[in-house]
Amino acid sequence: MYWNKTIETMEYTEMEHLQSKRLGAVVEYMYRQVPFYRERMQQQGLLPQDVTTLADISKLPFTEKQDMRDSYPYGLFAVPPSEIVRIHASSGTTGKATVVGYTKRDLGIWSEVMARSLTAAGVTNKSFIQIAYGYGLFTGGLGLHYGAELVGASVIPVSSGNTARQISLMVDFGTTALACTPSYALHIADTMKEMGIDPRSTGLKVGIFGAEPWSDNMRSEIENRLNIKTTDIYGLSEIIGPGVACECAVQQGLHLNEDHFYPEIINPQTGQVLGDGEKGELVLTTLTKEGMPMIRYRTRDLTMLTRGTCSCGRTLVKMNKVLGRSDDMLIIRGVNVFPSQVESVLLNLGETSPHYQLIVDRNGHLDTLTVMVEVSDNMFSDEVRRLEMLEKKIQNELASVLKVSAQVRLVAAKTLERSAGKAKRVIDNRKI
Amino acid sequence: MIIQQISVFLENRLGTLAEVLATLHNHNINIRAMSVAETADFGILRFIVKHPDAVAKVLREASIAVKITPVLTVVLDDNPGRLLEKIQKLSDAGISIEYFYAFAVVGTEKARIVIKVDALEEAQQLIGSPEHSQVNEEADFYW
Repeated sequence: MYWNKTIETMEYTEMEHLQSKRLGAVVEYMYRQVPFYRERMQQQGLLPQDVTTLADISKLPFTEKQDMRDSYPYGLFAVPPSEIVRIHASSGTTGKATVVGYTKRDLGIWSEVMARSLTAAGVTNKSFIQIAYGYGLFTGGLGLHYGAELVGASVIPVSSGNTARQISLMVDFGTTALACTPSYALHIADTMKEMGIDPRSTGLKVGIFGAEPWSDNMRSEIENRLNIKTTDIYGLSEIIGPGVACECAVQQGLHLNEDHFYPEIINPQTGQVLGDGEKGELVLTTLTKEGMPMIRYRTRDLTMLTRGTCSCGRTLVKMNKVLGRSDDMLIIRGVNVFPSQVESVLLNLGETSPHYQLIVDRNGHLDTLTVMVEVSDNMFSDEVRRLEMLEKKIQNELASVLKVSAQVRLVAAKTLERSAGKAKRVIDNRKI
Repeated sequence: MIIQQISVFLENRLGTLAEVLATLHNHNINIRAMSVAETADFGILRFIVKHPDAVAKVLREASIAVKITPVLTVVLDDNPGRLLEKIQKLSDAGISIEYFYAFAVVGTEKARIVIKVDALEEAQQLIGSPEHSQVNEEADFYW
Protein backbone atom coordinates (compact mmCIF):
# COMPACT_ATOMS: atom_id res chain seq x y z
CA MET A 1 0.00 0.00 0.00
CA TYR A 2 1.32 3.39 -1.03
CA TRP A 3 -0.07 6.83 -0.41
CA ASN A 4 1.71 8.40 -3.38
CA LYS A 5 2.83 5.60 -5.65
CA THR A 6 4.35 7.88 -8.30
CA ILE A 7 6.79 9.44 -5.87
CA GLU A 8 7.34 6.49 -3.59
CA THR A 9 8.33 4.17 -6.41
CA MET A 10 9.97 6.75 -8.68
CA GLU A 11 13.09 5.76 -10.62
CA TYR A 12 16.24 7.10 -9.06
CA THR A 13 17.26 9.22 -12.08
CA GLU A 14 13.83 10.77 -12.25
CA MET A 15 13.97 11.53 -8.52
CA GLU A 16 17.38 13.16 -8.96
CA HIS A 17 16.00 15.30 -11.71
CA LEU A 18 13.10 16.42 -9.51
CA GLN A 19 15.43 17.08 -6.59
CA SER A 20 17.91 19.14 -8.56
CA LYS A 21 15.13 21.26 -10.06
CA ARG A 22 13.69 21.85 -6.60
CA LEU A 23 17.11 22.50 -5.05
CA GLY A 24 17.86 25.28 -7.53
CA ALA A 25 14.49 26.84 -6.80
CA VAL A 26 14.83 26.73 -3.01
CA VAL A 27 18.34 28.19 -3.07
CA GLU A 28 17.17 31.01 -5.29
CA TYR A 29 14.15 31.52 -3.01
CA MET A 30 16.24 31.60 0.17
CA TYR A 31 18.73 34.02 -1.38
CA ARG A 32 15.88 36.35 -2.27
CA GLN A 33 13.76 35.98 0.88
CA VAL A 34 16.07 35.47 3.86
CA PRO A 35 18.72 38.16 4.50
CA PHE A 36 20.53 35.88 6.96
CA TYR A 37 20.97 33.23 4.30
CA ARG A 38 21.83 35.69 1.54
CA GLU A 39 24.67 37.09 3.69
CA ARG A 40 25.88 33.58 4.39
CA MET A 41 26.08 32.84 0.69
CA GLN A 42 27.69 36.19 -0.08
CA GLN A 43 30.38 35.54 2.53
CA GLN A 44 31.29 32.45 0.54
CA GLY A 45 31.08 34.34 -2.75
CA LEU A 46 28.11 32.25 -3.87
CA LEU A 47 25.20 33.20 -6.07
CA PRO A 48 22.04 31.12 -6.57
CA GLN A 49 23.11 30.28 -10.14
CA ASP A 50 26.20 28.54 -8.76
CA VAL A 51 23.90 25.71 -7.67
CA THR A 52 22.62 23.95 -10.75
CA THR A 53 23.19 20.26 -9.97
CA LEU A 54 22.68 18.17 -6.85
CA ALA A 55 26.45 17.86 -6.45
CA ASP A 56 26.67 21.66 -6.16
CA ILE A 57 24.91 21.45 -2.82
CA SER A 58 28.24 20.78 -1.11
CA LYS A 59 29.30 24.36 -1.93
CA LEU A 60 26.54 25.71 0.31
CA PRO A 61 27.11 26.52 3.97
CA PHE A 62 25.54 24.36 6.66
CA THR A 63 22.75 25.64 8.86
CA GLU A 64 23.00 24.81 12.55
CA LYS A 65 20.66 24.93 15.52
CA GLN A 66 22.71 27.86 16.79
CA ASP A 67 21.72 29.87 13.69
CA MET A 68 18.08 29.44 14.67
CA ARG A 69 18.85 30.64 18.15
CA ASP A 70 20.76 33.66 16.80
CA SER A 71 17.79 34.63 14.68
CA TYR A 72 15.20 33.93 17.41
CA PRO A 73 12.30 33.95 16.97
CA TYR A 74 11.44 34.78 13.34
CA GLY A 75 14.77 35.70 11.71
CA LEU A 76 14.84 32.67 9.41
CA PHE A 77 11.26 32.94 8.22
CA ALA A 78 11.10 33.40 4.46
CA VAL A 79 7.60 34.82 4.24
CA PRO A 80 5.76 37.73 5.90
CA PRO A 81 3.83 36.85 9.10
CA SER A 82 0.54 37.00 7.19
CA GLU A 83 1.58 33.85 5.32
CA ILE A 84 2.45 31.89 8.47
CA VAL A 85 -0.44 29.79 9.76
CA ARG A 86 1.29 27.66 12.41
CA ILE A 87 4.20 28.01 14.79
CA HIS A 88 5.93 25.18 16.60
CA ALA A 89 8.99 25.21 18.85
CA SER A 90 11.46 22.75 20.24
CA SER A 91 14.17 23.05 22.86
CA GLY A 92 17.19 25.11 21.98
CA THR A 93 20.65 24.26 23.24
CA THR A 94 20.29 26.89 25.97
CA GLY A 95 17.27 28.67 27.41
CA LYS A 96 15.76 29.87 24.15
CA ALA A 97 13.55 27.62 22.04
CA THR A 98 13.98 26.89 18.36
CA VAL A 99 11.00 28.36 16.53
CA VAL A 100 9.60 27.12 13.23
CA GLY A 101 6.80 28.55 11.08
CA TYR A 102 4.58 26.89 8.47
CA THR A 103 2.56 28.30 5.60
CA LYS A 104 -0.69 26.68 4.56
CA ARG A 105 1.20 24.89 1.78
CA ASP A 106 3.83 23.66 4.29
CA LEU A 107 1.10 22.10 6.41
CA GLY A 108 -0.11 20.38 3.22
CA ILE A 109 3.38 18.96 2.60
CA TRP A 110 3.60 17.82 6.20
CA SER A 111 0.22 16.07 5.99
CA GLU A 112 1.32 14.44 2.71
CA VAL A 113 4.58 13.02 4.09
CA MET A 114 2.79 11.92 7.24
CA ALA A 115 0.09 10.24 5.17
CA ARG A 116 2.80 8.33 3.27
CA SER A 117 4.40 7.30 6.57
CA LEU A 118 1.14 6.18 8.14
CA THR A 119 0.15 4.25 5.04
CA ALA A 120 3.53 2.50 5.07
CA ALA A 121 2.91 1.67 8.73
CA GLY A 122 -0.42 0.06 7.88
CA VAL A 123 -2.84 2.83 8.80
CA THR A 124 -5.87 3.16 6.50
CA ASN A 125 -9.16 5.06 6.43
CA LYS A 126 -10.64 2.21 8.49
CA SER A 127 -8.12 2.62 11.30
CA PHE A 128 -8.80 4.16 14.68
CA ILE A 129 -5.58 5.91 15.53
CA GLN A 130 -4.86 7.01 19.08
CA ILE A 131 -2.33 9.82 19.11
CA ALA A 132 -0.54 9.76 22.43
CA TYR A 133 2.23 12.15 21.44
CA GLY A 134 2.03 15.51 23.17
CA TYR A 135 -0.11 18.10 21.40
CA GLY A 136 1.14 21.66 21.54
CA LEU A 137 4.37 23.35 20.58
CA PHE A 138 5.95 19.91 20.15
CA THR A 139 5.40 18.74 16.56
CA GLY A 140 4.62 15.12 17.49
CA GLY A 141 0.91 15.37 18.29
CA LEU A 142 -0.32 17.70 15.55
CA GLY A 143 2.02 16.21 12.93
CA LEU A 144 0.54 12.75 13.34
CA HIS A 145 -2.93 14.24 13.67
CA TYR A 146 -3.01 16.02 10.32
CA GLY A 147 -1.45 13.09 8.48
CA ALA A 148 -3.94 10.65 9.97
CA GLU A 149 -6.86 12.90 9.03
CA LEU A 150 -5.56 13.10 5.48
CA VAL A 151 -5.43 9.30 5.33
CA GLY A 152 -9.01 9.33 6.54
CA ALA A 153 -8.44 7.37 9.73
CA SER A 154 -10.60 8.09 12.78
CA VAL A 155 -8.32 10.19 14.92
CA ILE A 156 -8.41 9.97 18.71
CA PRO A 157 -6.37 13.01 19.81
CA VAL A 158 -5.75 11.95 23.39
CA SER A 159 -2.26 13.56 23.70
CA SER A 160 0.30 12.25 26.18
CA GLY A 161 -0.10 11.20 29.81
CA ASN A 162 -2.77 9.63 32.01
CA THR A 163 -1.95 6.07 31.03
CA ALA A 164 -4.91 4.36 32.68
CA ARG A 165 -7.26 6.61 30.73
CA GLN A 166 -5.33 5.95 27.52
CA ILE A 167 -5.93 2.25 28.03
CA SER A 168 -9.63 2.61 28.84
CA LEU A 169 -10.10 4.67 25.68
CA MET A 170 -8.13 2.13 23.70
CA VAL A 171 -10.49 -0.60 24.82
CA ASP A 172 -13.74 1.41 24.57
CA PHE A 173 -13.01 3.13 21.26
CA GLY A 174 -11.50 0.10 19.56
CA THR A 175 -8.15 1.73 18.82
CA THR A 176 -6.27 -0.12 16.07
CA ALA A 177 -3.19 2.11 15.76
CA LEU A 178 -1.14 3.71 18.51
CA ALA A 179 1.25 6.61 17.98
CA CYS A 180 3.62 7.57 20.81
CA THR A 181 7.23 7.24 21.93
CA PRO A 182 8.48 3.63 22.12
CA SER A 183 9.23 3.92 25.83
CA TYR A 184 5.68 5.11 26.43
CA ALA A 185 4.38 2.12 24.47
CA LEU A 186 6.21 -0.14 26.92
CA HIS A 187 4.83 1.83 29.82
CA ILE A 188 1.36 1.29 28.40
CA ALA A 189 2.11 -2.45 28.23
CA ASP A 190 3.20 -2.41 31.89
CA THR A 191 0.09 -0.52 32.94
CA MET A 192 -2.19 -2.86 30.97
CA LYS A 193 -0.67 -5.74 32.87
CA GLU A 194 -1.30 -4.00 36.21
CA MET A 195 -4.88 -3.29 35.16
CA GLY A 196 -5.33 -6.93 34.16
CA ILE A 197 -6.04 -6.08 30.52
CA ASP A 198 -4.77 -8.47 27.88
CA PRO A 199 -3.48 -6.49 24.86
CA ARG A 200 -4.78 -9.35 22.69
CA SER A 201 -8.30 -8.46 23.79
CA THR A 202 -7.97 -4.98 22.27
CA GLY A 203 -8.14 -4.15 18.58
CA LEU A 204 -4.56 -2.84 18.53
CA LYS A 205 -2.67 -3.85 15.36
CA VAL A 206 0.01 -1.30 14.60
CA GLY A 207 2.23 1.15 16.43
CA ILE A 208 3.93 4.22 15.00
CA PHE A 209 6.75 5.04 17.35
CA GLY A 210 9.40 7.72 17.28
CA ALA A 211 10.84 10.89 18.81
CA GLU A 212 13.52 8.89 20.62
CA PRO A 213 16.04 6.17 19.74
CA TRP A 214 14.99 2.57 20.24
CA SER A 215 16.77 -0.67 19.60
CA ASP A 216 15.68 -3.83 17.81
CA ASN A 217 15.42 -5.52 21.21
CA MET A 218 13.01 -2.89 22.35
CA ARG A 219 11.05 -3.40 19.15
CA SER A 220 10.70 -7.14 19.76
CA GLU A 221 9.63 -6.51 23.32
CA ILE A 222 6.93 -4.03 22.29
CA GLU A 223 5.71 -6.24 19.44
CA ASN A 224 5.51 -9.30 21.67
CA ARG A 225 3.90 -7.64 24.61
CA LEU A 226 1.33 -5.57 22.73
CA ASN A 227 0.92 -8.08 19.91
CA ILE A 228 1.33 -5.43 17.22
CA LYS A 229 3.50 -4.54 14.26
CA THR A 230 5.64 -1.48 14.89
CA THR A 231 7.23 1.12 12.64
CA ASP A 232 9.87 3.68 13.43
CA ILE A 233 9.09 7.23 12.39
CA TYR A 234 11.68 9.97 12.15
CA GLY A 235 11.51 13.72 11.98
CA LEU A 236 12.56 16.96 13.56
CA SER A 237 10.75 20.24 13.90
CA GLU A 238 13.55 22.21 12.22
CA ILE A 239 12.81 20.29 9.02
CA ILE A 240 9.05 19.77 9.40
CA GLY A 241 8.33 17.43 12.32
CA PRO A 242 7.55 13.69 12.19
CA GLY A 243 7.24 12.32 8.67
CA VAL A 244 10.71 13.10 7.33
CA ALA A 245 11.20 9.33 7.12
CA CYS A 246 9.29 6.24 8.17
CA GLU A 247 9.71 2.48 8.06
CA CYS A 248 7.60 0.23 5.89
CA ALA A 249 6.41 -3.25 6.85
CA VAL A 250 9.84 -4.65 5.94
CA GLN A 251 11.30 -2.90 9.01
CA GLN A 252 14.75 -2.50 7.50
CA GLY A 253 15.44 1.20 7.43
CA LEU A 254 13.25 4.26 7.14
CA HIS A 255 12.15 5.52 3.72
CA LEU A 256 13.11 9.15 3.55
CA ASN A 257 10.71 11.46 1.73
CA GLU A 258 13.53 12.71 -0.46
CA ASP A 259 11.34 14.57 -2.92
CA HIS A 260 10.76 17.07 -0.08
CA PHE A 261 13.86 16.58 2.08
CA TYR A 262 17.21 16.07 0.41
CA PRO A 263 19.54 14.00 2.58
CA GLU A 264 23.32 13.98 2.80
CA ILE A 265 25.60 12.13 5.17
CA ILE A 266 28.67 14.01 6.35
CA ASN A 267 31.64 13.42 8.56
CA PRO A 268 30.60 15.43 11.64
CA GLN A 269 34.19 16.49 12.33
CA THR A 270 35.23 17.65 8.86
CA GLY A 271 31.89 18.38 7.20
CA GLN A 272 32.99 16.26 4.23
CA VAL A 273 30.16 14.54 2.35
CA LEU A 274 30.19 10.73 2.64
CA GLY A 275 28.76 8.16 0.29
CA ASP A 276 25.83 5.76 0.61
CA GLY A 277 26.47 3.06 3.16
CA GLU A 278 28.87 5.22 5.15
CA LYS A 279 28.01 6.13 8.71
CA GLY A 280 27.90 9.82 9.55
CA GLU A 281 25.70 12.75 10.44
CA LEU A 282 22.46 13.31 8.55
CA VAL A 283 22.17 16.71 6.88
CA LEU A 284 18.81 17.70 5.41
CA THR A 285 17.72 20.34 2.92
CA THR A 286 14.03 21.12 2.55
CA LEU A 287 13.22 21.25 -1.16
CA THR A 288 9.64 22.50 -1.08
CA LYS A 289 8.96 24.36 2.16
CA GLU A 290 8.01 28.04 2.04
CA GLY A 291 7.69 29.29 5.61
CA MET A 292 11.11 28.38 6.85
CA PRO A 293 13.14 26.35 4.41
CA MET A 294 16.40 24.85 5.66
CA ILE A 295 19.51 24.46 3.58
CA ARG A 296 21.92 21.76 4.73
CA TYR A 297 20.59 21.60 8.27
CA ARG A 298 22.86 19.59 10.52
CA THR A 299 20.55 17.22 12.38
CA ARG A 300 23.36 15.82 14.61
CA ASP A 301 21.71 12.42 14.19
CA LEU A 302 24.11 9.65 13.19
CA THR A 303 22.90 7.20 10.57
CA MET A 304 23.63 5.98 7.04
CA LEU A 305 21.76 5.93 3.74
CA THR A 306 21.09 2.99 1.43
CA ARG A 307 19.63 3.02 -2.05
CA GLY A 308 17.85 0.36 -4.03
CA THR A 309 14.36 -0.96 -4.41
CA CYS A 310 12.97 -2.16 -1.09
CA SER A 311 11.00 -5.40 -1.04
CA CYS A 312 7.96 -3.23 -0.29
CA GLY A 313 8.45 -1.74 -3.75
CA ARG A 314 9.48 1.71 -2.61
CA THR A 315 12.54 3.28 -4.17
CA LEU A 316 12.83 6.16 -1.70
CA VAL A 317 16.29 6.21 -0.14
CA LYS A 318 16.44 4.49 3.23
CA MET A 319 18.12 5.76 6.38
CA ASN A 320 19.09 3.42 9.19
CA LYS A 321 17.50 3.70 12.59
CA VAL A 322 19.33 6.61 14.19
CA LEU A 323 22.49 5.25 15.79
CA GLY A 324 23.31 8.15 18.07
CA ARG A 325 24.12 11.83 18.17
CA SER A 326 27.12 13.86 17.17
CA ASP A 327 26.43 16.31 20.00
CA ASP A 328 25.50 15.93 23.67
CA MET A 329 21.74 16.11 23.22
CA LEU A 330 19.72 13.65 25.28
CA ILE A 331 16.24 12.46 24.52
CA ILE A 332 14.26 12.00 27.71
CA ARG A 333 10.68 10.78 27.42
CA GLY A 334 10.72 12.01 23.82
CA VAL A 335 11.90 15.49 24.82
CA ASN A 336 15.22 16.86 23.60
CA VAL A 337 17.46 17.97 26.45
CA PHE A 338 20.84 19.66 26.20
CA PRO A 339 23.18 19.79 29.21
CA SER A 340 23.80 23.45 28.32
CA GLN A 341 20.15 24.19 29.17
CA VAL A 342 20.83 23.08 32.74
CA GLU A 343 23.87 25.32 32.81
CA SER A 344 21.83 28.31 31.64
CA VAL A 345 19.30 27.72 34.42
CA LEU A 346 22.01 27.67 37.06
CA LEU A 347 23.69 30.75 35.58
CA ASN A 348 20.36 32.57 35.68
CA LEU A 349 20.05 31.71 39.35
CA GLY A 350 23.29 33.58 39.98
CA GLU A 351 25.72 30.69 39.92
CA THR A 352 28.92 31.96 38.31
CA SER A 353 30.53 28.67 37.37
CA PRO A 354 28.02 25.92 38.05
CA HIS A 355 29.10 22.33 38.41
CA TYR A 356 26.37 19.90 37.60
CA GLN A 357 25.73 16.48 36.19
CA LEU A 358 22.73 14.93 34.51
CA ILE A 359 21.96 11.36 35.46
CA VAL A 360 19.51 9.60 33.19
CA ASP A 361 17.97 6.31 34.22
CA ARG A 362 15.18 4.14 32.99
CA ASN A 363 12.83 3.26 35.80
CA GLY A 364 10.65 0.45 34.49
CA HIS A 365 10.12 1.87 31.02
CA LEU A 366 10.08 5.53 31.86
CA ASP A 367 13.12 7.76 31.72
CA THR A 368 14.06 9.71 34.81
CA LEU A 369 16.39 12.67 35.00
CA THR A 370 18.29 13.65 38.10
CA VAL A 371 20.37 16.79 38.09
CA MET A 372 23.17 16.83 40.64
CA VAL A 373 24.29 20.33 41.54
CA GLU A 374 27.44 21.04 43.51
CA VAL A 375 26.76 23.43 46.36
CA SER A 376 29.13 26.37 46.17
CA ASP A 377 29.81 28.86 48.96
CA ASN A 378 27.45 31.44 47.52
CA MET A 379 24.55 28.98 47.14
CA PHE A 380 25.02 27.54 50.57
CA SER A 381 23.03 28.64 53.60
CA ASP A 382 23.09 27.64 57.26
CA GLU A 383 19.31 27.35 57.11
CA VAL A 384 17.64 24.14 55.94
CA ARG A 385 14.65 26.13 54.75
CA ARG A 386 16.76 28.23 52.36
CA LEU A 387 18.56 25.24 50.89
CA GLU A 388 15.27 23.47 50.35
CA MET A 389 13.89 26.59 48.69
CA LEU A 390 16.93 26.71 46.44
CA GLU A 391 16.49 23.06 45.52
CA LYS A 392 12.83 23.67 44.69
CA LYS A 393 13.66 26.77 42.68
CA ILE A 394 16.23 24.94 40.56
CA GLN A 395 13.73 22.12 40.07
CA ASN A 396 10.97 24.49 38.92
CA GLU A 397 13.26 26.42 36.59
CA LEU A 398 14.54 23.19 35.07
CA ALA A 399 11.03 21.89 34.51
CA SER A 400 10.05 25.12 32.75
CA VAL A 401 13.16 25.26 30.55
CA LEU A 402 13.62 21.55 29.80
CA LYS A 403 9.91 20.74 29.43
CA VAL A 404 10.57 17.53 31.30
CA SER A 405 10.67 17.13 35.08
CA ALA A 406 13.97 16.63 36.82
CA GLN A 407 14.85 15.67 40.37
CA VAL A 408 17.46 18.01 41.84
CA ARG A 409 20.07 16.76 44.29
CA LEU A 410 22.48 19.07 46.03
CA VAL A 411 25.90 17.53 46.45
CA ALA A 412 29.12 18.67 48.06
CA ALA A 413 31.57 20.78 46.07
CA LYS A 414 34.19 18.97 43.97
CA THR A 415 32.42 15.62 44.25
CA LEU A 416 31.09 15.33 40.70
CA GLU A 417 33.31 13.35 38.42
CA ARG A 418 35.71 15.29 36.25
CA SER A 419 37.76 13.53 33.66
CA ALA A 420 41.08 15.16 32.81
CA GLY A 421 39.88 18.39 34.41
CA LYS A 422 36.85 18.51 32.12
CA ALA A 423 33.47 18.11 33.73
CA LYS A 424 31.57 14.96 32.90
CA ARG A 425 28.12 16.40 32.30
CA VAL A 426 26.06 13.33 31.55
CA ILE A 427 25.75 9.84 32.90
CA ASP A 428 23.22 7.89 30.87
CA ASN A 429 22.42 4.60 32.56
CA ARG A 430 19.68 3.62 30.13
CA LYS A 431 20.12 0.42 28.21
CA ILE A 432 18.28 1.09 24.99
CA MET B 1 27.22 37.61 73.06
CA ILE B 2 27.14 37.58 69.27
CA ILE B 3 29.68 35.20 67.82
CA GLN B 4 30.50 33.76 64.41
CA GLN B 5 29.24 30.27 63.71
CA ILE B 6 30.52 28.11 60.87
CA SER B 7 28.15 25.99 58.78
CA VAL B 8 29.15 23.45 56.19
CA PHE B 9 27.16 21.52 53.65
CA LEU B 10 26.93 17.78 54.20
CA GLU B 11 25.92 15.73 51.22
CA ASN B 12 23.68 12.77 51.99
CA ARG B 13 26.35 10.15 51.44
CA LEU B 14 28.18 7.80 53.77
CA GLY B 15 31.24 9.37 55.36
CA THR B 16 30.67 13.06 54.65
CA LEU B 17 30.64 14.08 58.30
CA ALA B 18 33.81 12.09 58.88
CA GLU B 19 35.49 13.89 55.96
CA VAL B 20 34.74 17.31 57.41
CA LEU B 21 35.77 16.29 60.90
CA ALA B 22 39.02 14.80 59.56
CA THR B 23 39.84 18.10 57.86
CA LEU B 24 39.30 19.92 61.16
CA HIS B 25 41.31 17.33 63.04
CA ASN B 26 44.23 17.56 60.60
CA HIS B 27 44.46 21.24 61.41
CA ASN B 28 44.15 20.65 65.10
CA ILE B 29 40.88 22.53 65.34
CA ASN B 30 38.75 21.98 68.38
CA ILE B 31 34.98 22.22 68.07
CA ARG B 32 33.40 23.99 71.03
CA ALA B 33 29.77 23.33 70.18
CA MET B 34 27.95 21.79 67.28
CA SER B 35 24.69 20.59 65.84
CA VAL B 36 23.61 18.83 62.68
CA ALA B 37 20.39 19.60 60.85
CA GLU B 38 19.29 17.02 58.36
CA THR B 39 16.70 16.51 55.65
CA ALA B 40 16.14 13.47 53.47
CA ASP B 41 18.55 14.94 50.91
CA PHE B 42 21.32 16.70 52.79
CA GLY B 43 22.59 17.91 56.15
CA ILE B 44 24.04 21.09 57.55
CA LEU B 45 26.76 20.91 60.19
CA ARG B 46 26.91 24.03 62.34
CA PHE B 47 29.65 24.59 64.87
CA ILE B 48 31.57 27.05 66.96
CA VAL B 49 35.35 27.34 66.96
CA LYS B 50 37.75 29.83 68.39
CA HIS B 51 39.00 31.39 65.12
CA PRO B 52 36.12 31.10 62.67
CA ASP B 53 37.77 33.03 59.81
CA ALA B 54 40.90 30.89 59.88
CA VAL B 55 38.85 27.71 60.10
CA ALA B 56 36.60 28.78 57.22
CA LYS B 57 39.71 29.29 55.12
CA VAL B 58 40.97 25.81 55.93
CA LEU B 59 37.61 24.31 54.94
CA ARG B 60 37.36 26.29 51.72
CA GLU B 61 40.81 25.11 50.75
CA ALA B 62 39.46 21.58 51.17
CA SER B 63 36.62 22.51 48.72
CA ILE B 64 33.94 22.45 51.37
CA ALA B 65 31.04 24.92 51.05
CA VAL B 66 31.17 27.14 54.13
CA LYS B 67 29.09 29.92 55.54
CA ILE B 68 29.88 32.14 58.49
CA THR B 69 26.80 33.36 60.30
CA PRO B 70 26.49 35.60 63.34
CA VAL B 71 24.51 33.87 66.08
CA LEU B 72 23.63 34.74 69.63
CA THR B 73 25.04 32.73 72.47
CA VAL B 74 23.83 32.98 76.02
CA VAL B 75 25.03 31.41 79.26
CA LEU B 76 22.36 30.03 81.53
CA ASP B 77 22.42 28.73 85.04
CA ASP B 78 22.11 24.99 84.79
CA ASN B 79 18.77 24.61 86.51
CA PRO B 80 15.09 24.28 85.58
CA GLY B 81 13.22 27.16 83.97
CA ARG B 82 16.18 29.23 82.82
CA LEU B 83 15.80 28.36 79.17
CA LEU B 84 12.07 28.91 79.19
CA GLU B 85 12.60 32.37 80.64
CA LYS B 86 14.87 33.39 77.74
CA ILE B 87 12.82 31.85 75.00
CA GLN B 88 9.63 33.38 76.38
CA LYS B 89 11.20 36.83 76.11
CA LEU B 90 11.98 36.31 72.43
CA SER B 91 8.55 34.94 71.81
CA ASP B 92 6.88 37.90 73.57
CA ALA B 93 8.93 40.28 71.43
CA GLY B 94 7.78 38.47 68.28
CA ILE B 95 11.26 37.21 67.39
CA SER B 96 11.24 33.89 65.55
CA ILE B 97 13.97 31.36 66.12
CA GLU B 98 15.47 29.87 63.00
CA TYR B 99 17.34 27.16 64.89
CA PHE B 100 18.85 26.58 68.24
CA TYR B 101 21.13 24.19 70.08
CA ALA B 102 22.34 23.86 73.64
CA PHE B 103 24.99 22.11 75.65
CA ALA B 104 26.16 21.92 79.21
CA VAL B 105 29.53 23.44 80.01
CA VAL B 106 31.53 20.76 81.72
CA GLY B 107 33.00 21.61 85.10
CA THR B 108 30.72 24.58 85.69
CA GLU B 109 27.17 25.01 86.82
CA LYS B 110 26.34 26.60 83.53
CA ALA B 111 24.63 25.65 80.32
CA ARG B 112 25.05 27.48 77.03
CA ILE B 113 22.69 28.01 74.12
CA VAL B 114 23.44 29.05 70.56
CA ILE B 115 20.51 30.66 68.84
CA LYS B 116 19.88 31.94 65.33
CA VAL B 117 17.36 34.72 64.86
CA ASP B 118 16.98 37.42 62.25
CA ALA B 119 16.70 40.23 64.78
CA LEU B 120 20.06 39.44 66.31
CA GLU B 121 20.77 42.75 68.03
CA GLU B 122 17.29 42.96 69.47
CA ALA B 123 17.54 39.42 70.81
CA GLN B 124 20.92 40.27 72.30
CA GLN B 125 19.36 43.24 74.14
CA LEU B 126 16.56 41.06 75.42
CA ILE B 127 18.31 37.96 76.62
CA GLY B 128 22.05 38.59 76.25
CA SER B 129 24.36 38.86 79.23
CA PRO B 130 25.25 42.34 80.49
CA GLU B 131 28.05 44.08 78.55
CA HIS B 132 30.65 44.03 81.35
CA SER B 133 30.68 40.26 81.65
CA GLN B 134 31.54 39.68 77.98
CA VAL B 135 35.28 39.47 78.40
CA ASN B 136 34.99 36.75 80.96
CA GLU B 137 32.30 35.05 79.04
CA GLU B 138 34.50 34.77 75.99
CA ALA B 139 37.36 33.23 77.93
CA ASP B 140 34.93 30.90 79.54
CA PHE B 141 33.26 29.95 76.26
CA TYR B 142 36.30 29.13 74.21
CA TRP B 143 38.06 27.54 77.17
